[in-house]
Amino acid sequence: MRDQLNHLRAFLLAGLDAATGGGRRYHIWMGSLTLVMVVGAYAYFLQLRDGLSVTGMTDHVSWGLYISNFTFLVGLAAAAVMLVLPAYVLKDVDFNKAVLIGEGVAVGALLMCLCFVVVDLGSPFHSWHLTPGIGFLNFPRSLLAWDVVVLNGYLALNFGIPFYILFTHFKGKTPNKKRYVPFVYLSVFWAVSIHMVTAFLLAGLPARPFWNTSLMGPRFLASAFAAGPAFIILTLSMIRANTEYEIDDSAIQKLAMITTVAAQINLVMIGSEVFKEFYFPTHHGINAQYLFFGLEGHTALVGWIRTSIFLNAAATLTLMIHPFRKNPKILIGTCIVLFVAIWMDKGLGLVIPGFVPSPLGEIVEYRPTWVEFAVTAGIWAFGLFVFTVLVRAALPIEMGHSRSPYIEQAEPVPGVTAVVSGHD
Amino acid sequence: MMDDFGFPFPLPEEGSVGVHGDGAKRDMTFEDVLRWQAMAAIAERSLDEAGRAEGEAVDVPSDVRCRGDGPDPAPALSEGPGEEIGDGTPRPPGAELLDKPMGRRKAIGTLLGTLAAGTQAACSNALPTSADDRERLLLEFQERLKGNFRVMTDEEKEATIARLERLARLKRNVHLNLSGADAEQGVLFGYAFNISKCKGYRECVAGCLEENNQDRRSGIQYIRIFEMESGEINLEHSTAEYQHEVPREGHVYMGTQCFQCANPPCVEVCPVAATWPEPDGIVVIDYDWCIGCRYCIAACPYWARRFNWSEPVVPPEDLNPNQHYLGNRLRRKGCVEKCTFCIQRTRVGRLPACAEACPTGARVFGNLLDPDSEIRWILANKQVFRLKADLGTEPRFWYYMD
Ligand code: SF4
Ligand code: SF4
Repeated sequence: MRDQLNHLRAFLLAGLDAATGGGRRYHIWMGSLTLVMVVGAYAYFLQLRDGLSVTGMTDHVSWGLYISNFTFLVGLAAAAVMLVLPAYVLKDVDFNKAVLIGEGVAVGALLMCLCFVVVDLGSPFHSWHLTPGIGFLNFPRSLLAWDVVVLNGYLALNFGIPFYILFTHFKGKTPNKKRYVPFVYLSVFWAVSIHMVTAFLLAGLPARPFWNTSLMGPRFLASAFAAGPAFIILTLSMIRANTEYEIDDSAIQKLAMITTVAAQINLVMIGSEVFKEFYFPTHHGINAQYLFFGLEGHTALVGWIRTSIFLNAAATLTLMIHPFRKNPKILIGTCIVLFVAIWMDKGLGLVIPGFVPSPLGEIVEYRPTWVEFAVTAGIWAFGLFVFTVLVRAALPIEMGHSRSPYIEQAEPVPGVTAVVSGHD
Repeated sequence: MMDDFGFPFPLPEEGSVGVHGDGAKRDMTFEDVLRWQAMAAIAERSLDEAGRAEGEAVDVPSDVRCRGDGPDPAPALSEGPGEEIGDGTPRPPGAELLDKPMGRRKAIGTLLGTLAAGTQAACSNALPTSADDRERLLLEFQERLKGNFRVMTDEEKEATIARLERLARLKRNVHLNLSGADAEQGVLFGYAFNISKCKGYRECVAGCLEENNQDRRSGIQYIRIFEMESGEINLEHSTAEYQHEVPREGHVYMGTQCFQCANPPCVEVCPVAATWPEPDGIVVIDYDWCIGCRYCIAACPYWARRFNWSEPVVPPEDLNPNQHYLGNRLRRKGCVEKCTFCIQRTRVGRLPACAEACPTGARVFGNLLDPDSEIRWILANKQVFRLKADLGTEPRFWYYMD
């Protein structure tokens, strides 16, 4: 027990060390993130003081940028871990590093999700009402209650698994697969669930025909499976360029493959939705009409969604061409484009049209204010900050550089190869 | 039919209590400590005052007291401190806290609530200066720890009502007549709207505003009157923002508000069950339990719910002091509200303000369970329809034409 505590202390200290030490570029990166967070915190303070009236939201468009980012990030969090499936089930050895990074992405994205939900609340100080036992969580009736449950559970899983693996490596041991692999499987299913539940949160509202479609869940999954790996490709490339941590080309190529297939499926689904809405336009398609063509001169989202679809299609096409996908530079550029396109589509492009026009046919448009932008940027900076710290702390352990000083000798310290074989 | 009112709240179990739902048999609670502190605060103030005007009794007007004949739940709020201290109680109530363990859930609840309240106090309030301020802060603090009205015991209901009345007195110097009256048996409210009679005057909108203490700055309106060309009832081709003399040639008018659905999607989605249908059919919101997630706004197919985007302002001269806890009482920033069929009026046998204000007789309100009521006659003898009936929300609001 005592040993464990010593190890733990050393583990945390080593993590802190890794996170705070670093080169100039690293410090500039973290400094900028902190700056953005501070600005975001100030904006949030204004929002707390004056109420949500400082945002662009209204009774007509009652969710805005915050919930848009929330829905998108749930997808990111889910997709990051769904990579676990090929890694553990298909025994794809070269995927293991990607998986640990994926879990880091999931933790960062989940924290962002929770932040976005909280900043969207009108009465954040009353949020203890959600705690079962002392408050009341309307479970299982409210989908939002489901979301609270699955998001927190998912966060715990994605914190716990990497912690166990890293901590065991840190102690110079090999993780016991019997102990953590069941949780890995659980987290894969859980990833699907956070995604589906969030989709159902919107799809379960007959009042909003734009969301009330059975394609909502599957489309969520497809777009997440495209955006998630795209983001991981970006981070892996970044890590590869900035550290000695070796990442195989084959891992990145496999991720690119997943991204491509998912992006294609996503496009097919967009196509089928567009067909349904516009082949024989009905009353229920009026929100889609607003989104793609504008209504009675209100066209705030038209440029936005068309840009998104264009970028999406262009990126998907590029990925489909093998020489382009194999070229690291083009791959990175395409991943950025795809990520942004999906963020535009699954964020504002999904949430806002549900509100315009209102169920009574009134058209009020939405335009975010600077406060919303600042808070949003602050939360993103916070997520990236956490993610960076996690990766920073994890890499030395995975590379075998960082080991607990309390290790009793004799046992060989596993290097990178040992780490990999520990996973498969 | 009764199934509509099924509710997922667990009944409060004995012995394990949250910040809500404690029964009468409860042990010493944190609230009692606070009450003791409140008494101390009042005692202190009375000493101050006594110093200034000797012999003058501490005067808390009797109208601030909790109404009803039940035991006064918060003696500190309405009684002078003299007899409290002099009644021979050997130990202050708070002392028991030392011997009796606080339930774990209770303790956690208290802790969380304290944290929340403290953080917010730090954000918004300076240190209290006078005894009134201190009392106000204390009451506000207690208000933060209270539970959902739906599961409060009668004593808890009375206590919070007393606190709110006292707070209104302290903060705005108004006497509230705040009720927590339950639904009457054998009553189920319904509304009928005569499209051929409505002339679009919007007297109902004005009447509603006068009655329900909505924020005057944002001008929250529960009722929308849509003007559309006669011929087709189609909300998509209508406007509620008309600014011309009415009635306009060739147009008809149709009002919407919360329809108090029998199968309300807004209730289903609320993550904290802050909104529920009462036995008399009114869908209510506990404004203080609502966390402001606005999921219910998205879920309502009739766009009936409104949000307090900033701190609501009602000038004292506009304030309607006759209030109901679930009706027109003052709201706070960050909670949702909506039409409640004027619960504060209809539960004491009056008409909703809109029905009373309507000069054309287009609005008929009544008890659906009373076979002799006018609304029953209309439902039996007119061709009625409900808005978006295909959604299965079962509104208790019917339209008809002569
Ligand atoms: S009209 Fe809307 S707010 Fe009123 S009960 Fe029905 S769904 Fe709820
Ligand atoms: S805004 Fe309030 S009443 Fe509406 S769903 Fe959220 S907590 Fe419930």
